[in-house]
Amino acid sequence: MGLYEEIAGNKRRTFLLLFFFFGLVVFLGLVIGLMYGNQYFGLGLALVIGVVYFLISYFAGSSMILSMTGAREATKPEYTHLINTVEGLAVAAGLPKPPKVYVIDDSALNAFATGRDPEHATITVTTGLLQKMNRLELEGVIAHEMSHIKNFDIRVMMLAAVLVGLTVLLSDFLLRSFLWGGKRDREQNQLGVVLIIVGIALAILAPLIGELIKLSVSRKREFLADASGALLTRYPKGLADALRKIKHDPDPLVDKANKATAHLFISMPFRHDGKTSLMQNLFSTHPPIEERIKRLEGM
Amino acid sequence: MVSGTIIGIIIGAVVLLFVIYIYNSLIKLKMRASNAWSQIDVQLKRRYDLIPNLVNTVKGYMKHEKGVLEEVTKARTSLMSGSMQAKAKANNQITEALKSIFAVAENYPQLKASENFRILQEELSGTESKIAYARQFYNDTVMQLNQAIQSFPTNIFAKLFGAQQREFFEAAEGERKNVKVEF
Repeated sequence: MGLYEEIAGNKRRTFLLLFFFFGLVVFLGLVIGLMYGNQYFGLGLALVIGVVYFLISYFAGSSMILSMTGAREATKPEYTHLINTVEGLAVAAGLPKPPKVYVIDDSALNAFATGRDPEHATITVTTGLLQKMNRLELEGVIAHEMSHIKNFDIRVMMLAAVLVGLTVLLSDFLLRSFLWGGKRDREQNQLGVVLIIVGIALAILAPLIGELIKLSVSRKREFLADASGALLTRYPKGLADALRKIKHDPDPLVDKANKATAHLFISMPFRHDGKTSLMQNLFSTHPPIEERIKRLEGM
Repeated sequence: MVSGTIIGIIIGAVVLLFVIYIYNSLIKLKMRASNAWSQIDVQLKRRYDLIPNLVNTVKGYMKHEKGVLEEVTKARTSLMSGSMQAKAKANNQITEALKSIFAVAENYPQLKASENFRILQEELSGTESKIAYARQFYNDTVMQLNQAIQSFPTNIFAKLFGAQQREFFEAAEGERKNVKVEF
């Protein structure tokens, strides 16, 4: 039962991720400041933007995501079975209170969980999923999402998205300043010049690195959520069957999903054409479905 | 001489930290177990509250199946009082009895069509799976607690701190088949 260790590890990784990106943001801010001849200006700018950006996404992130995907709250008696399933698995996971339940009116088969911690979490499923899955498969899917909540994946992924976004923003700003102006060259000392060069290199690379880190974290989380989801239902076949149904669904597309929300869903909400190239693997938010089914059936 | 004292102090501090660590982890496991138990209790209470509604709803239809209804009503009382074993046993009895009530209901189209009955059925089966999940979570927690209390070196400190093992929430295998439903 290494689940509690996994959760602790997850919190540690979140902290490292946060720390790494924070360093990056401070550094980018510093370089922006140097370009304008006052490093404190850049630093202050980066910190203010960072804090505001962080607070907004921490407290309003999940409701923004919910409205972006067009989800509406599931109510009894229409969704009694869904709500009961969620509440039951919340008990199984030992969550302090059951997450709120939302549905998306879409025939595609998909689901996601979001929120800042287990007390402020939501689980969303498509109406297509409710129609096409049997009781055991639905339990498998909900258990997978419940594990994302319990393991604090929802927070890791939310912070990752925010920080990558922030890095992109600052890098963009820095590159623009470099191209279009700022007080540079003449009054700079050597250290400043070196810093600016490093900063620009970082500004070019950072969004890419950030994206890759986010993706690798996301893919690892998927396997772990499959495993601990199976631990909740004690029936790995349920989720395996559900994944197989999702794979063979002719319409894997959630209309409302876009690049910003893709990594949240239980399976990639875009059309998959069967074959995967290296590039696709590198930039995929999810491990291949066959691999996940194989692992579940090996349990 | 001085270095000896320092080494002594360091060893003492390490031992002390170790004992504190063990104590805290035992407390954490104990709290987790009693919290898990209250989760079961909440669901048992919910079941306890729902049963009279069900009995009232089906009473009018099931004239010939009085026995099952009495069985449920009787088992219901032990759901909220008595030892953990008694509760577990009553809970299993109710599960079996409800199964037969719902099976019998198939013969009464009017009852099946009733909105009230449909909602009750969904609620009761929802509660049943919640009880099952709560029991699973509780038993896992108890297993971790008992394991910690029994394994070395925690067992020494467990005795010292007076930590108790907890019992699992399940009826003995023989008692499970106890329910006779006669029509």
